[in-house]
Amino acid sequence: MSTTASLGDRPRPTIVLVGHGMVGQRFLEALAERGLTGTHRVVVLCEEPRPAYDRVQLTSYFSGRTPEDLSMTDPAFIEAHGIELYVGDPAETVDREARTVTARSGRVVAYDTLVLATGSYPFVPPVPGKDATGCFVYRTIEDLLAIEEYARTAATGAVVGGGLLGLEAAGALKGLGLAAHIVEFAPRLMPVQVDEGGGAALLRTIEGMGLSVHTGVGTQEIVTGPDGAVTGMKLSDGSELATDLVVFSAGVRPRDQLARDCGLAVGERGGIAVDEQCRTVTDPHVFAIGECALAADGRVYGLVAPGYEQAQTAAATIASDEAAFTGADLSTKLKLLGVDVASFGDAHGTAEDCLDVVYSDSRAGLYKKLVIGRDGTLLGGILVGDAEAYGTLRAFTGSVPPVSPESLVLPAGAGAPAQLGPAALPDDAIVCSCHNVSKGTIRGAVTEHSCTTVPEVKKCTKAGTGCGSCVKVLGQLVTAELEASGVEVDKGLCGCFGRTREELYEIVLALRITSYQDLLDRYGREEARGGDGCEVCKPAVGSIIASLAPAIGASGYVLDGEQAALQDTNDHFLANLQRNGSYSVVPRIPGGEIAPEKLIVIGEIARDFGLYTKITGGQRIDMFGARVEQLPSIWARLVDAGFESGHAYGKSLRTVKSCVGQTWCRYGVQDSVRMAIDLELRYRGLRSPHKLKSAVSGCARECAEAQSKDFGVIATANGWNLYVGGNGGATPRHADLLAQDLSDAELVRLIDRFLMFYIRTAEPLERTATWLERIPGGLDHVRDVVVHDSLGICDELEALMAAHVAGYRDEWAETVNDPEKLARFVSFVNAPGTPDPLVGFVPERDQMKPDLPLLAIGRRPLEGSTQR
Amino acid sequence: MTLAPETTDLKIRLRLADDWFPVCDLSALLPGRGVAALLPDGRQAALFRDRAGGLYAIDNRDPFTGAAVLSRGLTGTHRGRPFVASPLLKQRFDLTTGECLDDASVRVTAYEVKAA
Ligand code: SRM
Ligand SMILES: Cc1cc2nc3c(=O)[nH]c(=O)nc-3n(C[C@H](O)[C@H](O)[C@H](O)COP(=O)(O)OP(=O)(O)OC[C@H]3O[C@@H](n4cnc5c(N)ncnc54)[C@H](O)[C@@H]3O)c2cc1C
Ligand code: SF4
Ligand code: FES
Repeated sequence: MSTTASLGDRPRPTIVLVGHGMVGQRFLEALAERGLTGTHRVVVLCEEPRPAYDRVQLTSYFSGRTPEDLSMTDPAFIEAHGIELYVGDPAETVDREARTVTARSGRVVAYDTLVLATGSYPFVPPVPGKDATGCFVYRTIEDLLAIEEYARTAATGAVVGGGLLGLEAAGALKGLGLAAHIVEFAPRLMPVQVDEGGGAALLRTIEGMGLSVHTGVGTQEIVTGPDGAVTGMKLSDGSELATDLVVFSAGVRPRDQLARDCGLAVGERGGIAVDEQCRTVTDPHVFAIGECALAADGRVYGLVAPGYEQAQTAAATIASDEAAFTGADLSTKLKLLGVDVASFGDAHGTAEDCLDVVYSDSRAGLYKKLVIGRDGTLLGGILVGDAEAYGTLRAFTGSVPPVSPESLVLPAGAGAPAQLGPAALPDDAIVCSCHNVSKGTIRGAVTEHSCTTVPEVKKCTKAGTGCGSCVKVLGQLVTAELEASGVEVDKGLCGCFGRTREELYEIVLALRITSYQDLLDRYGREEARGGDGCEVCKPAVGSIIASLAPAIGASGYVLDGEQAALQDTNDHFLANLQRNGSYSVVPRIPGGEIAPEKLIVIGEIARDFGLYTKITGGQRIDMFGARVEQLPSIWARLVDAGFESGHAYGKSLRTVKSCVGQTWCRYGVQDSVRMAIDLELRYRGLRSPHKLKSAVSGCARECAEAQSKDFGVIATANGWNLYVGGNGGATPRHADLLAQDLSDAELVRLIDRFLMFYIRTAEPLERTATWLERIPGGLDHVRDVVVHDSLGICDELEALMAAHVAGYRDEWAETVNDPEKLARFVSFVNAPGTPDPLVGFVPERDQMKPDLPLLAIGRRPLEGSTQR
Repeated sequence: MTLAPETTDLKIRLRLADDWFPVCDLSALLPGRGVAALLPDGRQAALFRDRAGGLYAIDNRDPFTGAAVLSRGLTGTHRGRPFVASPLLKQRFDLTTGECLDDASVRVTAYEVKAA
């Protein structure tokens, strides 16, 4: 840029940013977008020990996001733009005469422009005992770390404040295994966002989750024990609540002390007074943005979206462009332990002459209200229990929606469902309010910037990178736009099939195709028809046919007829191939429970066949080193003793781990072993796109690690919580809560639906974790489909699972009883009794291991070889 | 598996030096699946049959791991060439030439084979 060159000889003007929070970071990005980082020196003073992170998603720390995951600051960005960022060094004083800022370290920085983005601090009511050990606030990562640490030794926690943040904090305490209370002074929860009706629906749902809610009472005193730590609190109605831990979440106040100290004007109730350009009214060299600012419309905004707009406005003003922040919408959507709460626009109906349309079903915890103007304009609304329509409704706010308001709040199935897809939105409708991105901009990202995926569009437009509530609509728009512009993305399975696994699944189901060759010849790519397929599509199609076998009339035995040629070697020999060509044998031990008699049988078989034994990570026993011709005799004995295949070889259910649970454990609240066995027996043998793992824990201590499983179950006092999409392995992922406090029957029914929906729609070798992150709409969509039956397919999903359960037969029992099937278990077709001479073993630690030097003789070194 | 009656007594033979070494009945070979055979000199061959009835034989030893397992891999067609993918680390081998499709510097022995 030529300006940079001409500035080379004189010092560049300096912009100092105080506070590196969400808004501060957005401001830096806005500076960079406008080229200001090239023409200015930019210095950032950051108080917290880490650069900007996603405070909005703070609570997700408790569901497994690490502080690194939450980070919003790419070191490459800071470096590329030459930004001087001082972490852990807050500004202490400002000298507006001299135009310098002094930081805690003693660093003095001279500025031409000063931008204050110091955010807020949590308000702690001045009750006696508020500083006792065990009292916390909920604002920073450090706060969460401290709460987590203290909760280890606590059993009960209370949150002061039943607003949006208070509910999040209470949910977090519950997630930490504490009995959680919420104390709210107002007569209802979330008094700012919802009205009485919404508050009632919310109360019922929150209490239903096992949180105790105390509304209409204030906190009078924090009671402490002899060691000075919290033991309880006194409430305004005279009652006392025993608790080990208190989190104050009674609102926030702008952090304007620095501004006050240097004589900048602040509002009566705090907030640094600024004009529409976000410049302080006192000093043209100083700006204030985000939660510390008192905007020109007289409000302090406690949400991130208006802060982002202010950041843009300030950067534009510094670049001498025209921009103004005149006020913003207070729409919010909160998801607390699976309950949706949203309010948008004029939620409380303050406009003159406005009308309400209300749908309320307190049994289901549903409350939906739309505020409509005389002329039919949608002015705002409140949604509790189901905020599915939030994205679209918010975008329609201010206009007359193309369908009647009733149809927008009625649940699907009751009257005409609202067909209000994003297609109906006007181009200037704001889809992402966090980043103020319109539908037109998103369409442009696809048509002009050739983005073809949601992540690309997110990167290009920033839409969806704030609170995330618009991602669903975003996904729908991207797909619609791609389809409209005729973009062809080859989503084909492999070189043989131009269709996705999901499409092939639908074809196989609808046309009852039971043969791979038939499918290839009719639905394969032109050039692949009549051929032999490949190693990618054969097992994938084999798995589809196997999971649908009872429904389409195929043989349920995976090695029947042509099916045999489709299976990977492990499935073909019903055992796991080892590096030297021998196999391992894993009998099923449901839930990890095993009687001594059966343990002895395993020991005897391993001893008699000279197998290496090891306890697996899946709570069962693996016997290694079986030669292919030994498998039938090993299994004959196992089957005889009542064992069946553990499917360690299959893309199918592996284990359902259990903890010892209520029967023995002093903490257990349900019989986790019985449930684990029931689930393992129900889903055994179910072929799926990838392996499936599960676990059941008897209480929130989670000894079975259910949250790392494809479907995990944790006992509650009232039933079971179901988590889905967890993964250990290479890319661990914590599972998401799908539903709570389910009865045995509800739990099983939901898992049936979930698994069948996954099997239907996942790509080959896509575990539930990646699937859940990939499919448009993510967890919300899956919940809609399997919990709310939004696609109307749940009956079919359940029927498919019922057919699987009814049709299950043990593969090994069938094999050992069928001489024709046993014929394949030979070392050599022309010398069936001769063992493969390359399978040799040497002793190690009282057992044996593969003789690797034997394998290496004459072998080409592996270096440089390619592995696909 | 059903086979036309006139083909049931056919034997699969491998060419070793100038001899045709009989291995097994044609009916022992399932389309798309392989079998292993022990050769007189102690080496092993992997034999395959494709859906069109074509017969193939290559060395059974996977050169990448040393284990004798190629007969247990999945077969397929890649750009018109029949191949087997090793069940261990999944490298593919051309069934007619023995050439590794994923690493041109590696090749296993390919045998002439016929049913007679
Ligand atoms: C035997 C065992 C290790 C042990 O000695 O403990 C084992 C052994 C194998 N694991 Fe595992 N895994 C075993 C527990 C696990 C666990 C722990 C668990 O299940 O609680 C994990 C992490 C949890 C998870 O899956 O999310 C695990 C994550 C993997 C992965 C990575 C999966 C991922 O999504 O990233 C693979 C690779 C794959 O499946 O593609 C894998 C693949 C394998 C294979 C099948 C590799 C292969 O293809 O040869 C190994 C076969 C061994 C054999 O021949 O029997 N194994 N593996 C465990 C058998 C459990 C069982 O009883 O069935
Ligand atoms: C748990 C939680 C959930 C939330 N959920 C939502 C939501 O769903 N939707 C929504 O819109 N908003 C939500 N918010 C509010 C949102 O996080 C804030 O609106 C947003 O972070 C404001 O950004 P900010 O940059 O103004 O302030 P902050 O993000 O607070 O950043 C201010 C930074 O300035 C630093 N600082 C202060 N003084 C100094 C100094 N003198 N020198 C240097 N640094 C200083 C502070 O340490 C802090 O790091 C939530 C907040 C919390 C805590
Ligand atoms: S999860 Fe709970 S019930 Fe199960 S063993 Fe652990 S502490 Fe006991
Ligand atoms: S509305 Fe929050 S990310 Fe889009």
